[in-house]
Amino acid sequence: MVDLPRRSLLAGIAAMGAAACSKINESETAKSLFKAAEDGHRITHRALAGKQGLAPEYSRAERSPTFRGNGSVTVADPFYQEQLTKGFPEWKLEVRGLVEKPLALTLAEVRALPQRTQITRHDCVEGWSAIGEWQGPQLAALLDAAKVKEGANFIVFRCADVLYGRDYYESIDMVDAYHPQTIIAHTLNGEPLPEKNGAPLRMRIERQLGYKQAKYVKAIEAVKSFDDIGQGKGGFWEDVAGYQWYAGV
Amino acid sequence: MKKHALSTRLWHWVNAAAIIVLFMTGLNISNAHRYLYWGDYGFDPKDAWLSVIKFPGWATIPQHYNLALARDWHTTAAWPFGVGLLFIWVAMLVNGHFRRDLTTTPRDWTPGAVIASVKAHSGDGAAHGYNPVQRILYGMVFGVLLPLMLFTGLAISPGFQAAAPWLLDVLGGRQSARSLHFIAAWGIFGFFVIHIVLALIDWRLILEMFTGGKRADAAAPPAPPEPDTMPPEDGAPAHG
Repeated sequence: MVDLPRRSLLAGIAAMGAAACSKINESETAKSLFKAAEDGHRITHRALAGKQGLAPEYSRAERSPTFRGNGSVTVADPFYQEQLTKGFPEWKLEVRGLVEKPLALTLAEVRALPQRTQITRHDCVEGWSAIGEWQGPQLAALLDAAKVKEGANFIVFRCADVLYGRDYYESIDMVDAYHPQTIIAHTLNGEPLPEKNGAPLRMRIERQLGYKQAKYVKAIEAVKSFDDIGQGKGGFWEDVAGYQWYAGV
Repeated sequence: MKKHALSTRLWHWVNAAAIIVLFMTGLNISNAHRYLYWGDYGFDPKDAWLSVIKFPGWATIPQHYNLALARDWHTTAAWPFGVGLLFIWVAMLVNGHFRRDLTTTPRDWTPGAVIASVKAHSGDGAAHGYNPVQRILYGMVFGVLLPLMLFTGLAISPGFQAAAPWLLDVLGGRQSARSLHFIAAWGIFGFFVIHIVLALIDWRLILEMFTGGKRADAAAPPAPPEPDTMPPEDGAPAHG
């Protein structure tokens, strides 16, 4: 067959290509190129939209009929499960780290703060979208109450769920932390958050993808850098799979 | 006078590389959620208008499923693609490539003009300039497919929507924009296949995209005034 050499040649080229690609992917040049592209997107988005520019909000009629749960949809921790059945009477949300006045709030106290209600779209990194109505206090209000110290550059969310043996966490910078649509939601579509959607408290960071929307939040931590947290990439999926820290694209 | 301006040649090869990376990483990203929807939301396969096949490893970058790396390549290659598209549009408008080669008249869209262009093209290559089929095809690529690719890509980025919420409205919602992104990608792929096949029939065309080549009509004997130098029909009266 005349076809054979050509085929093996093609296979050879493809294999060389694949080998070259995996080398390229792991090279420092590629990593710095990816980082530059990611920073470029973040800087451009914020230059065009402004730091406080709002994500679109929808009407009640535009909500999706249900809201998909993804990633962790249940929490194994026995204390969590016990609290879930009782409505989280003893659940505490801590605000800690680089703050002058650390806080530990009950769910009732979180609900008593000034509230924001927003109907927004949730975009998963995989491509799907759902629309829901969220309610909760703005993160800015909590950070102001705890008095964030100078030198804090990021806010880290510590979560109760464990995936692949690791604690879920996420982080955002101060621009998104003080964005008006960044809220700690306790309500979805008028009901307390279901377990699959992050009961009792989850983050909404509306200008970023789903993996930033930390669920089952236990603590909000102001930090100088996230280098020493997890594997140092700023979030669970960033550490585990190498997802971009800026999830705005 | 070169057949292809330097700006055209530079853009052509940078864009070719960007588009190959974007397309093949795009297929990898498609594998993450293989359902397309219309409207703003969509997550349930039973609401999908299209269930997409799982693209095999040989067609994707990287050659196995890796959403993080595919996205890194995709959002990186988006820069030369997007900036390049702006660059080539400005260059085409400034150097006259657009007006000369890509604009059409109603007559170019008639079946007769299409048949004539195909006949001229299959001849001895004596035809010069862009024939109606080329004008229409390249016009669609530059005017519709490439910009649609860019704008749908921007629209599905949650960080960009705060800058241009109107874009999502124009495109019919985020999942519609995602569907159009997919459709336009295959439209460009279709053009890519035709483009490669025709270029391979006469490999000198590929060489010319490096060297610039020579414009056929520049060497021609004294030519009659080109149609686009004539005064517009409904304009001022003819000379003197």
